Amino acid sequence: VSAHDTAAHDPVFAGDVLAKLEALYPKYPDKRSLLLPALWLVQETRGWISDGSLAEVAEKLDLTPAYVRGVVTFYTMYHTHPVGRHFIQVCTTSPCGMCGAGDVVQALLQHTGCGDLGATSPDGRFTVSEVECLGACGFVTPVIIDDDFIDSVMPELVPDILARYP
Amino acid sequence: MGYPHPIHPKETPVLSKHFGEVAARSYAGWVERGGYVALKKAIGMAPDDIINEVKASGLRGRGGAGFPTGMKWSFMPKDTTRPHYLCCNADESEPGTFKDREILRWTPHALIEGCAIAQLAIRAEMTYIYIRGEFTEPYHILMRAVDEAYANGVLGADALGSGKRIDVVVHRGAGAYICGEETAMMNSIEGRRGNPRIKPPFPAVAGLFGMPTTINNVETLAAVPAIINHGAAWYATLSLSSPKSTGTKLISVCGHVQRPGTYEITLGLPMKELIYDLCGGMRPGHTLKAVIPGGASVPIMTPDEVESCPTDYEGIVAHGSMLGSGGMIVMDDSTDLVYVIMRLARFFAHESCAQCTNCREGTAWTTRVLERLLAGEGKASDLDLLLDLAENMTGKTICVLSDSCAAPVVSGIQKFRADFDACLNGSRPTVTVGA
Repeated sequence: VSAHDTAAHDPVFAGDVLAKLEALYPKYPDKRSLLLPALWLVQETRGWISDGSLAEVAEKLDLTPAYVRGVVTFYTMYHTHPVGRHFIQVCTTSPCGMCGAGDVVQALLQHTGCGDLGATSPDGRFTVSEVECLGACGFVTPVIIDDDFIDSVMPELVPDILARYP
Repeated sequence: MGYPHPIHPKETPVLSKHFGEVAARSYAGWVERGGYVALKKAIGMAPDDIINEVKASGLRGRGGAGFPTGMKWSFMPKDTTRPHYLCCNADESEPGTFKDREILRWTPHALIEGCAIAQLAIRAEMTYIYIRGEFTEPYHILMRAVDEAYANGVLGADALGSGKRIDVVVHRGAGAYICGEETAMMNSIEGRRGNPRIKPPFPAVAGLFGMPTTINNVETLAAVPAIINHGAAWYATLSLSSPKSTGTKLISVCGHVQRPGTYEITLGLPMKELIYDLCGGMRPGHTLKAVIPGGASVPIMTPDEVESCPTDYEGIVAHGSMLGSGGMIVMDDSTDLVYVIMRLARFFAHESCAQCTNCREGTAWTTRVLERLLAGEGKASDLDLLLDLAENMTGKTICVLSDSCAAPVVSGIQKFRADFDACLNGSRPTVTVGA
């Protein structure tokens, strides 16, 4: 899938997803405020935000695609490229970094086969991302896989944890 | 999860009383534990009486700045010709801080009740709770609690039969520390990039959607129901030290202590008791080297400074740092302060919104200079360079993110010079750190 292929965009906002977006309208005084929630809906549905989806969001909310791109690229959690089936975030900020988070990153890269941070494993299963502070500094090392928060991860626990994400 | 820990005798559980009780998350479970009694009481009070009660309690903002909450509420205009808004800051992401997370996970209704009471006080009809995107588990728990509050008539057009509208919307962030800055948060809710705004105008005059707005931290709002229930006088007596530091505070302790976690103390508890009694002290065979007491953006403390320091707003200032958010990072003698500070600088460089030059360039160059020191490629002039950068990053930007990056650099060089010298004279094993 090309990140810049908008020709054959299959609309995200139809059926249930459209209903979810429309349910949010009364909660805000203007349409622009729905931008972050709308982008989340796209990512939950498609896994990432393509140019086509971006243009669709812009049209729905009476914004320009350039404006939406400016916002999307500000926030690190929105994927502007496809990622693995399971997205792994591991915290390495100071409190975690000084308690062994670096070893957990290495174990994750090795056992997923990703090799590098931000790269997707050849089987398309995982992408590993190093993130700044997950707000769970007392549970070193905290890792988030998809929507699951996993605390106290140590390198030797990594293979068993990954096995839960086929 | 090996948490929460049993309550320690030196803790004062007000907010944390029901942490760990899964049943407290539900509406029924919360009502069984005395929930929404304070809201009923507040519905019968005049808005100014609620504000005065909170003023008299001495409650101060628990997000970091420590501004008196009642006074902040009193800045809101009294007329309601325009909508008023409350924003709850649940964007907890200051390294070392993980206390609001516990409120969101265990007692979401305490927060909802606090938001509802605050709305009555500031004459708002709507709260936006801005929760950071990474808080997936707390987000789902909070959403369930909000839905339940609506289903049970606590929220909505006729909240608890009062004839008043009280609404709560949960707005999810998407990975930007800077959105914890109140004006950046308002921009983010409005569907914009999370760039902080220049003040004035202050939010109470022109905030969210240009309307009068108050922004409060999760812990601040969650403390309000207890104050309404038990009275300001009761809350104000909860202090072991300064009369300006009242009530309880959640302190999240991480790093090299035996029992990291979130502890609730009466303000003024000696920091030593917090570290050694509540958290079990250092790992065997290690001694204390440094403490960052209030989240990544405050100066680093030495063991001497910790020795006689009370854990409260004034006490920590007198001992060389700040209470901040109450996110405490404890480091033992195995710690290389240059690495810790580099990692903090990298955090701030990553999270800079980049609209101010001094911050965008300063955080990035601070990180690079620290990285080269760690790689054994530093120059003797680098410490002066770091201090020069820090000076140009303090008080020169729209928000305080760049000041926050400078604080640990300056205090680190001043108080832990030996660690920096070891990088320069080759007495330290070199570490190669990725760019």
